[in-house]
Amino acid sequence: MSVDFWLGVGVIAGIYGIFVLGLQINVGFTGLLNLGQAGFMSIGAYAMGMLVTDAGWSLWWAMPVAILVAVVAGILVGLPSLRLRSDYFAIATIAFAEIVRYTFQNADFAGGNQGIIGFDQEWRDVSDWLLDRFTRIGLGDETQLPLFLAIWITFFLCLIGLRLLQRSPWGRVLRAIREDEDAASALGKNVFAYKLQSLAIAAALAAIAGFFLSFNVTYLYPSEFDPTFTFFGYAVLILGGFASYGGVALGAVLLWSLMEGLRFLHLPLSTGQIGSLRFVLIGLILILASMLRPQGLLGRKAEMQLRQ
Amino acid sequence: MSLSKNDKRRGGDAPPFLSGGWRQLPPVAFLAIALLVIVLLLAVAVGPIAAGQATMTGLVSAGYFALGAVGLTLVYGVLRLVNFAHGDMLTFGTYVTLAFTSLGVPFWAAAALGMIVTALLAVMLDKVIWEPMRRARTSTLQLFLVAIGLAMVLRYSVQFFAGGQVRSVGLDTTSSVDIGPWHLGSLQFVVMLVGLATILITGAGLRYTRLGKEMRAVADNIALAEVAGIDTRRTIRITWAVAAGLAALAGILYATAIGSINPNFGFTILLSLFAAAVLGGIGNAYGALAGGIVIGLAQEWSTLFFNPRWKPAIGFAILILTLLLMPRGIFGRKKARS
Repeated sequence: MSVDFWLGVGVIAGIYGIFVLGLQINVGFTGLLNLGQAGFMSIGAYAMGMLVTDAGWSLWWAMPVAILVAVVAGILVGLPSLRLRSDYFAIATIAFAEIVRYTFQNADFAGGNQGIIGFDQEWRDVSDWLLDRFTRIGLGDETQLPLFLAIWITFFLCLIGLRLLQRSPWGRVLRAIREDEDAASALGKNVFAYKLQSLAIAAALAAIAGFFLSFNVTYLYPSEFDPTFTFFGYAVLILGGFASYGGVALGAVLLWSLMEGLRFLHLPLSTGQIGSLRFVLIGLILILASMLRPQGLLGRKAEMQLRQ
Repeated sequence: MSLSKNDKRRGGDAPPFLSGGWRQLPPVAFLAIALLVIVLLLAVAVGPIAAGQATMTGLVSAGYFALGAVGLTLVYGVLRLVNFAHGDMLTFGTYVTLAFTSLGVPFWAAAALGMIVTALLAVMLDKVIWEPMRRARTSTLQLFLVAIGLAMVLRYSVQFFAGGQVRSVGLDTTSSVDIGPWHLGSLQFVVMLVGLATILITGAGLRYTRLGKEMRAVADNIALAEVAGIDTRRTIRITWAVAAGLAALAGILYATAIGSINPNFGFTILLSLFAAAVLGGIGNAYGALAGGIVIGLAQEWSTLFFNPRWKPAIGFAILILTLLLMPRGIFGRKKARS
């Protein structure tokens, strides 16, 4: 097992990590069943891709603006749907994610199924410059290393930011909403506004994860962002732990080590079958973890009081 | 929490000037009239031939949308869960059917076997997963995650054994029938008849049989049903069996009408099934049947004006609009806002 391989696993795990931090603030801390996270991710990534390739922007300007676009999308989705009951909210968000994917697949402006390429030159330059520096310490062959570092540094910055937010009065209100919405609103808190902010933060994190995902695969195509991505995210969430930001890192690394490690078992199966097996495994993890240890590895049972 | 505006508007007394008018119509009649008016308007707009053709094609898909949605809504009733694994029950049933045909079993018999196997699977899953969770009063989140996990296990187990490629159903798809000025593939015609007949049988069964009444009672309010002396555990099992059997049939009808499938098809039409169930008022079985018909027709009618590739988007649009404008659906009366 080479360093290369584990860097690859780390890259995917880190992308999921950032993505799931957003789910964590929604599901773990606000009690919102957001199933549309992949939709925000693709909006962010496509906004960046189109600003660079169609509008000729610099990548470094396109990224913050694309985060804003995702946040606006989060607010637009949240405004009507957050007034719904929690299960209806879940359906509305997955419908949103499917509409987004469907639009990018079929609309003329987004490259359709061919997708978008050639938006990441500026990132490549940075990556090459870093690799150049790494050669001096003998790491020049690890082409994934710059992306790996960028992703995990971003992850920990987001993690610290979210932890600070969570300790603030704002974070305590979120928790209160999760525990008992009516009580929170009886205390004069604007429950709806807090939920909307939670969703907007999740959308921003999804967009950031989307940038890294597109750097990793070097192009953007719609099926990258189908709802399965969100479901994988939930597997990470429940593995790592409910209402625990640190658990997200653990869950992401565990899940992807397991997924990628499968190939070392030398099963007498075709590549397609191993692919299917991975999904079956994720499904089983979701079922078993929810039934046996719903709070996850690092989560606390006392935090599991999601309202009915 | 105070009563929402909707509770007053819908549940309460109708204003006197409306009380004697169209508000007195049962929703089914109202819906039928509305659909008829749309057909007539379309006939004026695009000509009777095109409008009739789209309507007939719409009735073909109405069958599988309605039968898929009724199971979704019944299961919602017993579990209070939007079952994300339901679409993959369609996939499972259809692939079991294809497995039997590849062994030489005639298609109709294989379809019956596929329905039975799917129903048995659902009952088994209720025993191992859902009943323990029901008893432990698990949170919505856990139910959701289990359903999502189950969906993935089902879909990718099918893909593991059958491969992910598009697979032909292996029926003769060339012949067609003429009904007046309209054409329909023979298979589509059969699908339409079987679908509409099953909708009627299901509707009548739910309305008039003892079992159907018990199922609706349990779906409406489990505690109340229990107090009324209904064996809820048995009824829930049967509900699962019926929901899964109808899901398998819906999948088989879909596969027959389209001619080919891949293991993702159940999941891809799941949102249309949600749309049908929500439109009909989730938890309401007649509503789901009616909602399925509306979705089927609406998707086909849309092709008269838009590129057919946007067909699934009509389902999404109806879903979103229903959630936003009347989250309790046409037939529903449950509270949908938090």
